[in-house]
Amino acid sequence: MAETTYLEAIRQALGEEMARDPSVVLIGEDVGVYGGAFKASEGLLEKFGWERVIETPISESAIVGAAIGMSYAGLRPVAEMQFIDFIACCFNQITNFAAKSHYRWGAPVPMVLRGPSGGGVHGGPFHSANPEMYFVHTPGLKVVCPATAYDAKGLLKSAIRDNNPVLFFEHKFLYRRIKENLPESDFTVPLGKAVVRREGRDLTIVSYAAMLHTSLEAAAELEKEGIDAEVIDLRTLLPLDRETILASVRKTNKLLVVHEDTRTGGIAGEIAAVVTESAFEDLDGPIRRVTSLDTPVPYAPQLEEYFMPNAAKVVAEARELAHY
Amino acid sequence: MASTLTRDQYLELYYYMRLNRELEEQMVRLFRQNKIVGGLYSSFGQEAISVGTAYALGPGDWIAPMIRNIGALLVRGFKPRDILTQHMARYTSPTLGKDGTSHFGDLKTRHVVSPISMLGDLIPVMTGIAMAGRYLGQKIVTMTWIGDGGTSTGVFHEGLNLAAVQKAPLVLIVENNQWAYSTPVERQVPLRDLADRAKAYGIESAIVDGNDAVAVERTTREAVAHARAGNGPVLIEAKTMRMRGHAQHDAAEYVPKQTLEEWKKRDPLDRYEKFLNENRLWDAKTKKEIDARIAREIQADVEFAESSPFPPPELAGEGVYCEGCHTVEADWKRPKEEVMPPRSSVKPEWPRKMFIANGAKPSAGKNAPAKPKPAKKSARVPVRAKAGR
Repeated sequence: MAETTYLEAIRQALGEEMARDPSVVLIGEDVGVYGGAFKASEGLLEKFGWERVIETPISESAIVGAAIGMSYAGLRPVAEMQFIDFIACCFNQITNFAAKSHYRWGAPVPMVLRGPSGGGVHGGPFHSANPEMYFVHTPGLKVVCPATAYDAKGLLKSAIRDNNPVLFFEHKFLYRRIKENLPESDFTVPLGKAVVRREGRDLTIVSYAAMLHTSLEAAAELEKEGIDAEVIDLRTLLPLDRETILASVRKTNKLLVVHEDTRTGGIAGEIAAVVTESAFEDLDGPIRRVTSLDTPVPYAPQLEEYFMPNAAKVVAEARELAHY
Repeated sequence: MASTLTRDQYLELYYYMRLNRELEEQMVRLFRQNKIVGGLYSSFGQEAISVGTAYALGPGDWIAPMIRNIGALLVRGFKPRDILTQHMARYTSPTLGKDGTSHFGDLKTRHVVSPISMLGDLIPVMTGIAMAGRYLGQKIVTMTWIGDGGTSTGVFHEGLNLAAVQKAPLVLIVENNQWAYSTPVERQVPLRDLADRAKAYGIESAIVDGNDAVAVERTTREAVAHARAGNGPVLIEAKTMRMRGHAQHDAAEYVPKQTLEEWKKRDPLDRYEKFLNENRLWDAKTKKEIDARIAREIQADVEFAESSPFPPPELAGEGVYCEGCHTVEADWKRPKEEVMPPRSSVKPEWPRKMFIANGAKPSAGKNAPAKPKPAKKSARVPVRAKAGR
């Protein structure tokens, strides 16, 4: 069995869902003939035709609006943002139209909006965003951030089959950098469920997307110092799997949250609130965070490296917390 | 006279227009009694547009109304009680009290999409439904409305442009009532005719006297046929006047009084009654019967609304997600095999024949004078030539 990259896993999920269900269509900029800016939909036009792989003008609000309309007509559209930074252009369609639809008038919006997010590729301030928290703050949406090829495929399939608007933030740093053997079977990964990636006793590191790999790398370093870190991959940010986080903190009694998103208003703050509300007496130390700086994503490699978390920063923070 | 509709249909148009007006007048009384929970928007003087345009659609077609299109909701089969309970925030309302005004819909039977307050967003949404309908083989048309002010939004452009390149069966009614809250159309758009906006998208357009129900219905019927035949979207500018404030709280003292006086003479219901009289489509007895029926229906539904409970407070926490409570199912009118491999397989290249340089027609519109033809006959109402600048 060939190893499958994170990007190929996404392509497989799209192709398999389109083959399984004719109500699944793709819509976005350059998604057809070109196969998408990152080639996530390469080969799908050939297989499924112009009616199901729909090329649009540069109109993010129209892409999302049309996808909402298609959902109302019973289709399951998958819309692409060429870079996730451009999701800001269609904020209103997502937050006011799609997110409130079922609550207001019982109209489900079975739409997926997916695209490449994240930094570490020197994309600069407009091609590196981690916009998840704008949308985690929006009731009615689901927000998914896969960290592995298996999850990228399984979560995307679940997202397409879900009756709610799902924002699917792929991490572009992972697209071609990680690969694994995937089962041939039609598997899915449930939305809203975190997973323990590494078991440990001394502290819990909660992370997601590319930072999961940074956290695992840090955990391997910490092991050499005799610190046994448990690492949790959130996978879905909304709805948040509180139980998995709380169960781990009750075991390790210490919590470090690592995310590439900027610090203020990042998911770490929400997780800290959940843990202090529900597991305060289990804590043997302060809840700590390793995050990006509260700035736009800078362009120069030296600046971007300074801006973002890395394994060394995680190790330093975790070491201090372990010895607290 | 126009002969496209039967006598019963002409009387039905009257019924809906009169019901639209009387229902809104009743809601003004309820508002003054503090029984309307939030805002109340009036379509007084614009009933011919809501009713005439929606009346031109078929049962499988879709609409998304704007705030002043209660008449269109009535035509699609919603009852006064739906609108009353919405405004009064009752548990019996279509949204169970979760939203107000005309912010409700029905995906399954009436094919009405609930609007949101942000203007322009309905255009790509209704374009998406039109595209989906074509994909599913349904031969449907979708319709939405926007005001003169709403045409200034970015998503108006994005939506209409997408509809145009997709040749989506969308009919967009630009309801030019000359005022966006307190801002006159002259400060929104430096155009005499908002229909000219269509030229930028290469789509067909028409201008119609929005206070002439017969012209509105006829023009829209032509546009719907054009869109349904696969010729692309149509923009209809219906020229009218907002006769009340933006909403109940707004006395609209910024509108020149003389303008209102002029437009009072063009009241769409007065004109339509005159049309029915002149063409002997009814008599005093028929009018009395219809008016009495409307009064009865409104009275019964006001009683229903007033005796309806408010929602239980804990409902606020329910229904954020669809967790199996609704089914998502497309209504296929063509064999699914047509869109499944290998029948759909294509080469991943742009066909040369699609390029304008190779002889493809640039668009349906060609910057030509407005089609469909009968629309040209509809009187161009005088634009506010005397309005102060």
